[in-house]
Amino acid sequence: MLASILSLGGIGLLAALALGLAARKFAVEVDPRELAILEVLSGANCGACGYPGCSAYAKAVAGGEADPTLCTPGGAATVAQIAHILGVEATAAEPQVAVVRCQGDNDRAKLKYHYLGIYDCTAAQRIADGPKSCPGGCLGLGTCARVCPFGAIEMTAAGLAVISREKCTGCRKCIAACPRQVIAMAPLRATVHVLCNSQDKGALVRKYCQIGCIACHICQKTAPAAYVIENSLARVVYDQQDEAAAAVAKCPTKCIRDFADGYPEGSSFVAPTCRTTAGRAA
Amino acid sequence: MRLKTFPGGLHPPDNKQYTAHKAIVDCPLPAELVIPLSQHIGAPADVCVKVGDQVGKGQMVGQARGFVSVPVHASTSGEVVAVEPRPHPAGKPLPAVVIRPDGEDRWIDGLAGIPVEEQDDDSLRDRIRAAGIVGLGGATFPTHVKLTPPGDKPIDTLILNGVECEPYLTADHRLMLESPERIVDGITILQRLLGVRRTLLGIEANKPDAIAVMTRACADNGIEVVPLAVKYPQGAEKQLILALIGKEVPSGGLPMDVGVVVQNVGTAAAVAAAVRYGWPLVERIATVSGPAIANPQNLRVRIGTPLSHLVAVCGGANGELAKIVMGGPMMGSAQLGLEAPVTRGTSGLLLFGPGQFPRAPEGPCIRCGRCVRACPAHILPTSIAACARQGRFDEAEGFDAMDCIECGCCTYTCPAAIPLVQAIRQAKAAILAKRRKG
Repeated sequence: MLASILSLGGIGLLAALALGLAARKFAVEVDPRELAILEVLSGANCGACGYPGCSAYAKAVAGGEADPTLCTPGGAATVAQIAHILGVEATAAEPQVAVVRCQGDNDRAKLKYHYLGIYDCTAAQRIADGPKSCPGGCLGLGTCARVCPFGAIEMTAAGLAVISREKCTGCRKCIAACPRQVIAMAPLRATVHVLCNSQDKGALVRKYCQIGCIACHICQKTAPAAYVIENSLARVVYDQQDEAAAAVAKCPTKCIRDFADGYPEGSSFVAPTCRTTAGRAA
Repeated sequence: MRLKTFPGGLHPPDNKQYTAHKAIVDCPLPAELVIPLSQHIGAPADVCVKVGDQVGKGQMVGQARGFVSVPVHASTSGEVVAVEPRPHPAGKPLPAVVIRPDGEDRWIDGLAGIPVEEQDDDSLRDRIRAAGIVGLGGATFPTHVKLTPPGDKPIDTLILNGVECEPYLTADHRLMLESPERIVDGITILQRLLGVRRTLLGIEANKPDAIAVMTRACADNGIEVVPLAVKYPQGAEKQLILALIGKEVPSGGLPMDVGVVVQNVGTAAAVAAAVRYGWPLVERIATVSGPAIANPQNLRVRIGTPLSHLVAVCGGANGELAKIVMGGPMMGSAQLGLEAPVTRGTSGLLLFGPGQFPRAPEGPCIRCGRCVRACPAHILPTSIAACARQGRFDEAEGFDAMDCIECGCCTYTCPAAIPLVQAIRQAKAAILAKRRKG
């Protein structure tokens, strides 16, 4: 009895001693700032900074290799905390969110075929460039929603991705996943957007979508500084955001939207019905 | 005697009874021919005519760009009425030359055969290339490229593919029955260009009449006609080589790595026509079949004929169409409609009505292993598809996803209706995209 207690206890003590010495001798030096930075990062491992996960970014920032302003999910607060830890001055870039540049759901835009394959936008895009007649429209199979680490993307019943402004942190994962480049970044404070991604000529757009940009130039004539039109597609110049609102009411296809009264969340998103083109398509 | 074949594969109902007994019929000229500039693997041709030009049958309307490319030709005489993007079997509008036939169907002047015996090999290859000849089995790989093997890869065996293992299709079958002399003539030209010691012609045993005809025609030319077991995909290049000479093409390799070149029997006939008569490739044989066509037929059809014209010639469709397939039902491509034209790769056109093609809701994998048993490439379709659908493409590559020949046996045999080959194709595309990026 006593012998076993002594021998086991002795082994335990010896092992503890050995482990304690090993921990001292082989200790890995970690920059305390790295740990502190890791603490203040969002922990989403989204990769928006360009590093494989938060710990890699924390190490790079502490080592002076990376810019301290790259954590978009954390936003201005995180940048300020990192700057405090490092003892440097840093201001966050203007916060950006992802915007789905399409309102052509299955009720408003035509399909060229009935897709029965794998439920994934990238797979659908490989079959004759996707089932939507519009070459730039949202395919609605939710590949972006599945890659979003923040659950910010919801699919409407009619098959359109809608991004929550509150949940979107601007990590750009959805932009990388979308096979049709429907999603783009826009400043968080911007409320007016052209929600169309078709670079086809207006006459063609009218044939397949009720609510697409037909490049009629009315927005540009109303607010010349706030809109540019390239490849038959209007785009808001976000620096001139204040002027842009004037053209919203004049857009004949209602593809320019103003979300000054609040951006709809997820499935509450309803695209307006356009009187001039209703009944033409779909 | 046991027939030669490869391990794996399966036997879907072949449905060849609709057209196997029907002689090839000349398809009348349509009101308008749409000749796409991209009808082959490789760079599309550059257009070399303009709107308003009068062209003769066989006149070049698009010239080859680069080595892996071939010219395209006017399929009849007439006027060029448009050069613009038109619907293409690939599913999107692609540049095409539109010709309104003048009804005379007059060959362009100056076409003549060349005496094979007095020509050197290079001028024969040039002739084959200038005639726009590509693999007519459906892959449309330029034939002159296959006939120019690199010096370090000696070719000792030529294999002719008369298998036609896709259900419904009977175009090669009828060609072997009706033009055996031309096929054999083409084979002798191919033999000479490749300098092979041995030539084999593989035909599935469900075409005993074609085997008999070809055996007779090949008797004095040193061509061995080999009946093969009736199994899909017996006509796939690598499986055909394995069945006939027992050599396996290495992973990522080409038939030339085992000293073999494979050509379709239709390609051999086209080579003979190009060399003996100087005729460019302006027509091909296509089977129009399927449960939804009134009068299934084998048609000799001009390149550029709209699919709607083929359907009209075959008596129209029986009721509503639910699926249109160009090529065979296993590997063919679904079409958006009947606007696209026949191209050099169009071996068939199949029409199905609602409920005439299998469709079941997808279920979970039950680990039955039927896809693994059926896979002629000896890979694990279920594992690769599972990786692909989770975006784990590196892992899919580790499972040799790139060895998939996309024959579709796995999807066909899956009792859970899992789109296996579709997922593997997605993985292959992602792996290729990554390799291109480097």
